[in-house]
Amino acid sequence: MTFSFEVLVSLKPGLADPAGKAVLSALPALGWTNVGAVHVGKHIALTLDAPDESTARAQVEAMADRLLSNPVIEDFRILDVAREP
Amino acid sequence: MTARTPRIGVITFPGSLDDRDALAAVATMGGTGVSLWHGDHDLRSVDAVVLPGGFSYGDYLRCGAIATHAPIMEEVRAFAAIGGPVLGICNGFQVLCESRLLPGALIRNRSLRFVCREVTLRVETSQSVVTADLTPGETLAMPIKHGEGAFVARTQELVRMRSEGLVVFRYAGADGVVDDAHDPNGSLENIAGVRNAAGNVVGLMPHPEHAVDPDVGATGGQSVFASLLSSALAVAGS
Repeated sequence: MTFSFEVLVSLKPGLADPAGKAVLSALPALGWTNVGAVHVGKHIALTLDAPDESTARAQVEAMADRLLSNPVIEDFRILDVAREP
Repeated sequence: MTARTPRIGVITFPGSLDDRDALAAVATMGGTGVSLWHGDHDLRSVDAVVLPGGFSYGDYLRCGAIATHAPIMEEVRAFAAIGGPVLGICNGFQVLCESRLLPGALIRNRSLRFVCREVTLRVETSQSVVTADLTPGETLAMPIKHGEGAFVARTQELVRMRSEGLVVFRYAGADGVVDDAHDPNGSLENIAGVRNAAGNVVGLMPHPEHAVDPDVGATGGQSVFASLLSSALAVAGS
């Protein structure tokens, strides 16, 4: 079976996020002066073949831990599990 | 026994661009440069390994992340584990952090700009394969050129690094003063280079391989390579 996953990778809270800061400082110029915080992360969409959903999810967690994110500075969340027809 | 010339391996990954300068710097300082290929499982009997600067695998995902899983990195891990000297420069430093051979990580510069200029480094410890011949407090001039060189680590990790003396170089003024004004990229505590607990694995963002020839600028890289060469021979002879 083919499963689709989305993995969200974000910098750990408390670490400097220069990209988020740059976006935050650009927003007031467009008239949005009420934005308090912006954090920029990564969105990774992937599909994989596995016998069942729990096997697939376990593999995505392992991949997110070993390559898709750097646990030293980043957290990840697995979103949207869909079985493709 | 006659003195042997140390063999220093330089790994080429797809996207490496300072591999030739690293080989040239090794030769200038009296060593034999040996080209190594990312796809091989072979360190060709070298006495030390250099991971050069560049943009391995296009810096996709994160700088150094994909190179970490190249076949030759298995050999580098094994070599490091038995005390072999390993130096990562710029992208090579990022690869060593991603490989967990060194603590911390490198993220986007505080300014969001690519920074290319000469900096002064203050040597923080002589307990490393690239500073064995240097004295803490000494300063070295060499260039930096990177967009993602801000060193970060979690507080707990930073405390451990401080107590174990794992910081090898800090960005400083010409007089050796370390302050925020001389931090070119937003690195925590001006950290420019770090080592592992044993001192045989070192990474730094600045480029010692571009600083060995007085005809083209600063020469702070000479003593870094001189230390690496003598450490390589010492380890090989032990």
